[in-house]
Amino acid sequence: MRGSYERGLRQQIDWGLVISYLLLVIIGWVNIYASSHGTDTGPALSFDMRSGKQFVWILTSLGLATFILFVLNSRLWEVISIPSYAFVFFLLVLVIFVSKDVKGSHSWFELGPVKFQPAEISKITTSLVLAALMSRQNFKMGRLKDFMMVAATILLPMLAIVAESETGSALVYVGFIFVLYREGFSGWFLACGGLAVIVFILTLTASPYAAALVLVASVSLCYSYSNNKIRRWVTRELPLTIFLAFMPKIWSLLAGEEPQGIWTVLTPFNILVGAVSATMPYFMFKAFRDKKFSLWASVMAFIAGIIMVFSTEFIFNDVLQDHQRKRIEVLLGLKEDPSGVGYNVNQSMIAIGSGGLFGKGFLNGTQTTFGFVPEQSTDFIFCTVGEEWGFLGCLSVILLYVFMISRLIIDAEKSREPFTRVYGYCVASLIFMHLFINIGMTIGLMPVIGIPLPFLSYGGSSLWAFTILLFIFIALYRQESKYF
Amino acid sequence: MTFDRKNKLLIGLGVAAGILIIKLFAIQILDDKYKRDANNNSMVYDVIYPTRGIIYDRNGKIIVGNSVAYDILVSPREVEKFDTLTLADALNVSPDFIREKMAEYRKNRSRIGYQSVVMLKKVPPQTYMKFAELQYKFPGFKGQMRSIREYPINAGGNLLGYVSEVDAGFIKNHPGEYRSGDYAGKTGIEAAREQDLKGEKGYHVYLRDSHNQIKTAYMDGEMDKEAIPGKDIVTTIDADLQEYGQLLMKDKVGSVVAIEPSTGEILAMVSSPGIDVEQLENISQHYDKIASDPYKPMFNRAVQASYPPGSVFKLVNGLIGLQEGVLKPSDSYPCYRGFPYGNGHKLGCHGHASPLALLDAIATSCNGYFCYVFRNILDNRKYDNIQESFDTWRDYVSSFGFGQQLGSDFPSELGGNIPTSAFYNKIYGKKGWKFTTIISLSIGQGEIGVTPLQIANMCATVANRGFYFIPHIIKDSEGVKIDEKYHKKNYTNVDPKYFDYAVRGMYMAVNGGGAAGGTAFAAAIPGKDVCGKTGTAQNPRGADNSVFICFAPKDDPKIAIAAYVENAGFGATWACPIASLMVEKYLNGEINPNRKYVEDRIVQTSLMSRVKKY
Repeated sequence: MRGSYERGLRQQIDWGLVISYLLLVIIGWVNIYASSHGTDTGPALSFDMRSGKQFVWILTSLGLATFILFVLNSRLWEVISIPSYAFVFFLLVLVIFVSKDVKGSHSWFELGPVKFQPAEISKITTSLVLAALMSRQNFKMGRLKDFMMVAATILLPMLAIVAESETGSALVYVGFIFVLYREGFSGWFLACGGLAVIVFILTLTASPYAAALVLVASVSLCYSYSNNKIRRWVTRELPLTIFLAFMPKIWSLLAGEEPQGIWTVLTPFNILVGAVSATMPYFMFKAFRDKKFSLWASVMAFIAGIIMVFSTEFIFNDVLQDHQRKRIEVLLGLKEDPSGVGYNVNQSMIAIGSGGLFGKGFLNGTQTTFGFVPEQSTDFIFCTVGEEWGFLGCLSVILLYVFMISRLIIDAEKSREPFTRVYGYCVASLIFMHLFINIGMTIGLMPVIGIPLPFLSYGGSSLWAFTILLFIFIALYRQESKYF
Repeated sequence: MTFDRKNKLLIGLGVAAGILIIKLFAIQILDDKYKRDANNNSMVYDVIYPTRGIIYDRNGKIIVGNSVAYDILVSPREVEKFDTLTLADALNVSPDFIREKMAEYRKNRSRIGYQSVVMLKKVPPQTYMKFAELQYKFPGFKGQMRSIREYPINAGGNLLGYVSEVDAGFIKNHPGEYRSGDYAGKTGIEAAREQDLKGEKGYHVYLRDSHNQIKTAYMDGEMDKEAIPGKDIVTTIDADLQEYGQLLMKDKVGSVVAIEPSTGEILAMVSSPGIDVEQLENISQHYDKIASDPYKPMFNRAVQASYPPGSVFKLVNGLIGLQEGVLKPSDSYPCYRGFPYGNGHKLGCHGHASPLALLDAIATSCNGYFCYVFRNILDNRKYDNIQESFDTWRDYVSSFGFGQQLGSDFPSELGGNIPTSAFYNKIYGKKGWKFTTIISLSIGQGEIGVTPLQIANMCATVANRGFYFIPHIIKDSEGVKIDEKYHKKNYTNVDPKYFDYAVRGMYMAVNGGGAAGGTAFAAAIPGKDVCGKTGTAQNPRGADNSVFICFAPKDDPKIAIAAYVENAGFGATWACPIASLMVEKYLNGEINPNRKYVEDRIVQTSLMSRVKKY
């Protein structure tokens, strides 16, 4: 009996996930030790050192993982999903009013020596509620009521977190869009989201005209694609777009250096937007007559996009906070400042770039240990990996994450219970968002957004949250395979 | 494999991971920029300061040498808790000084980073030894050797100039050459020869390891650079003579310039009041006092003050007269206490026998005689008008080196002033002036300004019988070659044959033997055949300036000297004995005991009360 249970355990638990988890945690601990030993000196396990503290966090995390796997009944998660979501949301709002101001953000509870961020737990409870909602028998993504429920589940904690001035953490929730996509949400919305980002960036970096032109071309391309008229688009719309790309040049020849009179109204942007807008009533009539959904969607996408172009400047200057604006400006190359906001990224890229193929070796990094890189054991832990272990180290870490995430997706697909599947996708999406934003930030692909690298970054709050998040899935998956 | 949503998401994951990996590949493997930047972050440049070149006198004596001092550097980030009192005691400063400095570093810690900063400058070796013994108690503190200037003899403070730390303006004016904390020559020879003296800084490049310890020489020292010591400079100065001149000029305002006629080398150049070498050592401490001194000790009168030359200029006018053929040595002119020039005006003269010929006129310095000479020059029938004859006269004067910079190697040399006919045309109108208008020029007064260096040069020209070398202060030496122009003879427009009359007149002024006695008997040195000429130049500010030029020995001149003492009175009273004592010192190495009383009188007298403050 005992023997068969042992064998069963081996089969039921996805050891691939557990081992990749353990490897990442150990890699994290080694690098936290490396990044802090230059300034603090003492034995690796001394509690005065970050590596010592992290060791305690790791042990307690392993305890939590065991508890979740072997003690708690995993049916529990579905039951407590909504009450725990409600409680955590309450905490998210409460923390705004009771917490101390830490660099402008109000997101930490301090209970004596213990500090924690409800935003970390909120990722778990939100995932649980999403899984509970979408696994209901009669759930349909296309139904407005269901969709609104899902959207509200995601947006409520996001708004609270934005109100805490932790916009970076809120950005991670955008990752749930992948879950929605898997559960039947239209791919066009994903495309629209991508297009919105491109239009936003083009408006800031190039010109509103370029943004509007790309918008028109993209919308017409999508419409043609969905109606199998790609060939016509290539022969008609594409040459027209290329011609229109030169319009500002032609216009400036006509209007001269300092346009006056009629030319101040007849700008390329106004001509283009005016001309396209004038055709809208015709397209709307045609869509109404033919009851053509794709045409309706294209018209709506165009109108939304133009509103976006007009409001970008407003959003950028009036909605975004100062430091966020600066980070975006630096990332987009609008402003050069190697010693200001860009300093962090510059130093971080120097640290990683100097690692070369094999790295400088354990404890031999000079950049990360001299304090050139700020937040080196928390948000910028990847710098230490890059400097001391080189390209091969970075590659290994990224592949380990890719392994973990794809394993989560594959397991989720294999599971027969929708709750487990949806939850698995939530975990995969969250880890992916953290991975891409965090590493992207250290190598200058993303703006500086202070979110941790899962399992690697120093900090108990984050390690506990990700451990719970991951092991709930492992437990759910194990429980399923016990029965089938 | 189907193209379902799961697989689309997996592909998306792969693409995203691919983007990260490609970017990592680009910055870690393809791009070297980040490795260089990382090295810059962790490289330590340890500067090696070169020793500054030594300045020698003409006889190989060191006038400016180097001695060792230490700067105390701090790397604030490496400093641990330490006993402030012990450190203050070791460094000989007050504990508050250290506390203030540490507080300052804490305030600027982000700017300082891992660099070290200079806390204390020029700590003498004795103090440094005390600190070095205790250094292990003060991690983060270290000493850096640096050579500082040392002056074995108090000779030529104004000539040598001082060395001090460069300021922001100086760094900006010499792009790429200096960094904050460097020293540079600011005045005198130190400034003029900065390029030779300064040498080249070197450095060792080290890499810090991850413990912030200096680990290895960067690239095995391939990037290191040895310091190149500055080149030594040999000056033409005779340090003993210079020191003696400064002693004689103590408490007097004026200057003495001595030149070796056969080379143009400046043997001594005294400007009084001047700067003592002791002040040069610590110029920053003394600077305010020096700058606010009403007698302007920084002002090098020998090359920067423009005075009327007075009677010594009669030699020039006499020589021009001879060359122009309007004066014959045998010509005699009467002088009854001066030269009357109409309307009851008279240019006065002292009482002497009359009439006199040229040699006696020089010896007794007769004003009247040289008024006739100058009149003959200007009223020469050869020329159509006074403008023409005046400008001819001016060309002669210029050929003696007056009215323009001589081109010596000394910085900020003044050109002086010899007026042109255009100048008088402007004042009086083209027809409005004649000889009597500018009669003062006959005796070196009026609108004429010359520097003591130019007067000394004129004396050397007479000693050479008609030519001079541009006076200079740097000699050829190993490594330093001076400009060819200093080796070239410059002839005046007066034929050398006429100079013998000037020499003989000057000989008679000192040694007598003529019909009317001389003005400069006080300058005589037995056996040395001193030739001299006194001058007493009017000074609009108080008493007359005392002027004297002389050279010796007459037939093989070794030294030509000009002394100019402001507000001192007759040339014979002050300038004459000063110049004569210096000649004796130079030629004999010592002062004859029976002339000791003259030396004592000069050294012990202060003439400062006669001088109007600037």
